[in-house]
Amino acid sequence: MLLIKNGRILDPASRTDAQLDVLLDGERIAQVGPSLAASGAEVLDAAGLVVAPGFIDLHCHLREPGQELSETIETGTRAAARGGFTAVCPMPNTQPVNDNASVTRSILERAAGAASVRMWPIGAASVGSKGEALSEIAAMQQAGIVAVSDDGRPIATARLLRQVMDYCGPLGLPVIDHCEDSSLAAGGVMREGPRSVRLGLKGMPAAAESVCVHRDIEIAALTGGRLHVAHLSSQASLEHVRAAKANGLPVTCEVTPHHFTLTDEDVTYDSRFKMNPPLGSCEDRNALLQGLADGTVDAIATDHAPHHPASKEVEFDRAPFGVTGFETALALGLAELVHSGRLPLMRLVELFTSGPARVLGIERRIAAGAPTDLTLFSLDHAWTFHATDSASRSRNTPFDGRAFRGAPMATIVAGRVVFRR
Amino acid sequence: MSHRFRHLLGIEPFSAEQITFLLDQSKPFQEFQRHPLKKLATLRGKTVALAFFEPSTRTRISFSTAASRLGADTMNLQAEASSLSKGESLLDTARTLDAMKPDAIVIRHSSSGASDFIAQRLEIPVINAGDGTHEHPTQALLDALTIRDRKGRLDGWNVTILGDILHSRVARSNIHLLSKLGSRTTLCGPPMWLPRELECLAPNVWRVPNIEEALDGADVIIVLRVQQERIHEPALAPEEYILEYQLTPERLRLARSDAVVLHPGPMIRGLEIDPAVADGPQSCVLEQVTNGLAVRMALLFLLLGAAPTEAKDPTHAAY
Repeated sequence: MLLIKNGRILDPASRTDAQLDVLLDGERIAQVGPSLAASGAEVLDAAGLVVAPGFIDLHCHLREPGQELSETIETGTRAAARGGFTAVCPMPNTQPVNDNASVTRSILERAAGAASVRMWPIGAASVGSKGEALSEIAAMQQAGIVAVSDDGRPIATARLLRQVMDYCGPLGLPVIDHCEDSSLAAGGVMREGPRSVRLGLKGMPAAAESVCVHRDIEIAALTGGRLHVAHLSSQASLEHVRAAKANGLPVTCEVTPHHFTLTDEDVTYDSRFKMNPPLGSCEDRNALLQGLADGTVDAIATDHAPHHPASKEVEFDRAPFGVTGFETALALGLAELVHSGRLPLMRLVELFTSGPARVLGIERRIAAGAPTDLTLFSLDHAWTFHATDSASRSRNTPFDGRAFRGAPMATIVAGRVVFRR
Repeated sequence: MSHRFRHLLGIEPFSAEQITFLLDQSKPFQEFQRHPLKKLATLRGKTVALAFFEPSTRTRISFSTAASRLGADTMNLQAEASSLSKGESLLDTARTLDAMKPDAIVIRHSSSGASDFIAQRLEIPVINAGDGTHEHPTQALLDALTIRDRKGRLDGWNVTILGDILHSRVARSNIHLLSKLGSRTTLCGPPMWLPRELECLAPNVWRVPNIEEALDGADVIIVLRVQQERIHEPALAPEEYILEYQLTPERLRLARSDAVVLHPGPMIRGLEIDPAVADGPQSCVLEQVTNGLAVRMALLFLLLGAAPTEAKDPTHAAY
């Protein structure tokens, strides 16, 4: 038994914001109430801390199997725990691709021994994520996947997307798409705009994303399937999602901390600023901030994409896309969204908890009987993020050396404290 | 002194004063090219590494000759002879060259920002001899020297740049330089290579897609090479380019009668420029080549030689 005392319980599902204690009994919450006492229970004093449901990251890359020099399930989930995440959804673009049940099972077996947090893998929509034949989606679901995606690339054709959405409908699996018109984006290494022209770097127009978002929404309307737009980065894409929601379509989307914090004007020849989708314009960032506030955006997801230092220490146009993100996600959310006065704290917590849970069709709450996955964080703990201190195997973050106010202080998964600051 | 600088990575970070200073420093080296004995001892004992990761003839020979006329030795790395084909990274190649202790490195590379990347990781001065579609600062300096010689000053001119502006590092460096020195730049070329963002590069820059309109009243015309190897998009048919954008004698008459024509080379006669214009009295192409030597000698002298404030006439220390 673990008794969390004196914390500020923030539970978006029940709109609770109160000074309450939580008594954990193994994998289930036993009791939530004021001034609880339990003889023999270990006590965790959460005075001054927010106690939230466990954070879920809908989008990350753990590189195992296949690219263990960049990250492993062990190191990646340790970084996730340090970021306050209690469950992560690794994308299937490993080597081999997670496109069949035996790969899914091997990932989960590996996780059982090595992972600090829950692993909810995402399966490939097509075999090898090649955009041709449907992968073994139902078998992977039985093995434990929670969604499908060909992330790293878009689901190749409208026809394939239609088949995937038709097929996933009865299974209740969301289809997550990396929206990008490959012909428009071809060769691009950053967002097209004044900055790309100045730097002489090949740009991808914002339309490369929004054209594909629009396609996907049309297919969602055609099939009635569950569409989730990954790492949405542009104003036009957000408008498409907003309109789809207004029309009652089951369409959701996520935004990354780097897209709501930085813009293309921050890009230098430093490859730590290279990711896909690339950083958008100032107008895009403002639109994302608005979407995070007004509910158009359903979740904050990190798109944690570790790359071994040697692979990033190259010319900008030759570097792989991607930045790490677990350990800075909450602090960036607090800095850019809450401390700045743009969002109430409850809304930020929702974007990390019940928001992503709804995308996956599950519940996330703090109540008797609920799973004992909790994230405890401080709103004012002063600290500086140093990439060299990261639990990740990789260091490719644009936020190295940034000072923050607020941080995850304890991460509890299935009743066990897996991280304590 | 604000004239001091460690690297030459681009024109954009330089001030008008620094640019003028560099051009002034080039003056004695221009005259030096006419000496019968073209060898100085100024940089004797110094070594300049020439790292050309992209095919180049004229820029490489120009830097190599500039170094040798100053008495410096050169280390040559050429793309075809380099270890890049064996998979070595740019950083490792640069560090290997650096370990041979050159006093400066001149780098030409197909990636924008490559010289910047190296400058942040090596201790020696880095000179950008062209990085991708970003900048080619010594080309802009030699163009400016040529314009100043022919027209007496660099401010107040109408300069028209013709060609594939989007993919041109020569255009970017010239746009920055001309804007800082007070001239107006008109950009003209096929619309897909003329995005509106170019007007944000610097003050006093305009796009005019129509060539007749763009040439009207021009004092200086810079014709760019059609860089087919750098064009990612489907290429424009050469016939179409000639029809719409070739600088012909008839079109040149729309500019001021005393207008000068520059071309960074290599020229494709009959494509971007009519041979009659290339060889005509308004053409400066061969002066540009000679001025390139002067600018690069001045640059190497400033980066590797004595502090400029102490410098007497650097061309006096002949062998």
